[in-house]
Amino acid sequence: MLKSDRVFGAVVILGALVYIASASQITQPFFSDPLGSRTFPIIIGCVAALCGAVMVFSPDEEPDWPEARALLSLAVATALLVGYAYALRPLGFLLSTAVVASVISYQITPKPRAALLSGIGVSIGLYLLFRYVLGLSLFGLPRWLAG
Amino acid sequence: MENILANLALGFDIALSPYTLMLAVLGCFIGTIVGALPGLGPSNGVAIMIPLTFSLGLGAVEALVLLTAIYYGAMYGGRISSILLNIPGDEPAMMTCLDGYPMAKNGKPGEALVISGVASFVGATLATVGLMLLAPLLSEIAYQFGPAEYFALYLLAFCTLGGIASNNQAKAAFASCLGIGIAMIGLDPNSGMPRLTGGNLHLYDGVDFLVAIVGLFAVSEVFFFIEKHGKQGAVGIKLGKVRIPWWEIWSTRWTMARSTVVGFIAGVLPGAGASLGSFLTYVMEKSIAGKKGGFGTGVPKGVAAPEVGNNSAAGGALVPMLTLGVPGSGTTAVLLAVLVTLNITPGPTLFTDRPDVVWGLIASLLIANFVLLAMNVPMVRIFVRVLDVPPAVLMPAVTMVSFVGIFSLTGSYFDLLLVTAFGVLGYVLRKLDIPTVPVILGILLGGKMEKQLRDAMVLSDGDWTYLFSSGISTGLLIAAVAGFIAPMFLRRILRKPQMVSD
Repeated sequence: MLKSDRVFGAVVILGALVYIASASQITQPFFSDPLGSRTFPIIIGCVAALCGAVMVFSPDEEPDWPEARALLSLAVATALLVGYAYALRPLGFLLSTAVVASVISYQITPKPRAALLSGIGVSIGLYLLFRYVLGLSLFGLPRWLAG
Repeated sequence: MENILANLALGFDIALSPYTLMLAVLGCFIGTIVGALPGLGPSNGVAIMIPLTFSLGLGAVEALVLLTAIYYGAMYGGRISSILLNIPGDEPAMMTCLDGYPMAKNGKPGEALVISGVASFVGATLATVGLMLLAPLLSEIAYQFGPAEYFALYLLAFCTLGGIASNNQAKAAFASCLGIGIAMIGLDPNSGMPRLTGGNLHLYDGVDFLVAIVGLFAVSEVFFFIEKHGKQGAVGIKLGKVRIPWWEIWSTRWTMARSTVVGFIAGVLPGAGASLGSFLTYVMEKSIAGKKGGFGTGVPKGVAAPEVGNNSAAGGALVPMLTLGVPGSGTTAVLLAVLVTLNITPGPTLFTDRPDVVWGLIASLLIANFVLLAMNVPMVRIFVRVLDVPPAVLMPAVTMVSFVGIFSLTGSYFDLLLVTAFGVLGYVLRKLDIPTVPVILGILLGGKMEKQLRDAMVLSDGDWTYLFSSGISTGLLIAAVAGFIAPMFLRRILRKPQMVSD
């Protein structure tokens, strides 16, 4: 059976090699200090690769990964948060926050009505808090609506 | 001695100004709530509060007082969910569950809360006094530190943090490397050339550690809640009438005295911190009490010992953080992030350059402890209500506060993407039992570590034996190696006590 630690260790080694390779490409100015910009990142990459090798050769007990459905909802949550990063400016705080908060709430406790209500509540409550108590400048509504 | 008293007078002068005092009380209140919320411990609680505090535009001393009050408050509040729900807010609080939860189940939840509240107060107050006495001494020694010594010290911090706090050396060392590796991204400090950015303009300024902290601590916690669908089945124990068990508190006096000393020493060690403090004090008191002591069944000493150890270690951890700039634990790493963001460089010069910061902070800590004792013993019922907040409301709010906090700080959508990425990373790392605190420490200290090494090499003209040129640096390097290797053997002897499950 394929152990997670082995897979992760292999990923670490690969990542470390890529890191070392890109560190050795760093452009150095002609007059540099004795160590230069490359040496320290390369050392760190080597140590990381070594750690990855240890994980491959002596893996720990398998963690209990969630079942497929939970993994799917984690993927949905991640996609949503990425979308939030892009949507916050054009769509405004209230709408995008209400959507994301409702979905996350639904994913934690699957009750549609309660989730929708708490999403809207979180969105409005936080908007009032941020805008009027903390004085942050947030766009509440989409710009084309707010004019 | 007179010097300390004069400095302390200066500190109280700052801390007792109405505005600062109000911030300290407010911080204690928010902190206790944040700590009591199930699933939010001190480190992620303080992490999501940092960006918000900065957006308020407070001065350095005020921001520091507010955030440390939140930090101390969260340490006090964390015990509420440990005792009533058996859910520790963070690693140091785990030991409090061992006897606190059984005691609450035996029908004495009020007593457990009061004893642990008093224990927190004793540990934290005595440790603040210890900090006052020890920190100026250590800062005198730290004046002798050159680049070689600092490099050795940073290495020691990474080695002991990985060595003691984790179950697997390789994983802890990898976590440190990951953090240091991320810290290298951005403009090279000596040449000013971009490196390891992959040509991405957003990465020229490097990765902001606040982004990493919020992602690794707060967002990953949200992912864990989504995975469990909130069905942890934690039914809180109802709190009846709260009575102060004077006799039981008095019976733990020697436990508290011993635990304060041990916890403080554990906190002062760079890289060790509060987890080690609560662990050592619990194990020590358990073996002193012997089999008849009944540790694990809900005895007052078992509640008092880890809570004293935890809080005095938290105070002790401030010593290396303030004098050397090396945090001892996850939460002090977060506090170091606060200092760095406020443009305050911790180190020996902090005590002479910014006495207002150091002594104002110390005086505020002393005041905060009394405020917290008042909030956590007579008023504990108010905070117990917080446990009823359903995760389906709490977690979306935590996510949104984290995101808006970061957005208000940098105003960049790219940082929001990074927060999400760090959240996913934190989830995977925690699943694989890879500690996340060394990652934070790496991002915070990695750049400085490289700078010291390069400065050392400039001084020695590239001769590596320079790192062993002084007694201090050689000693620190040996301690680093020992601190990394020793736990591999000790781990078989010192097994962590397991938490009771229903």
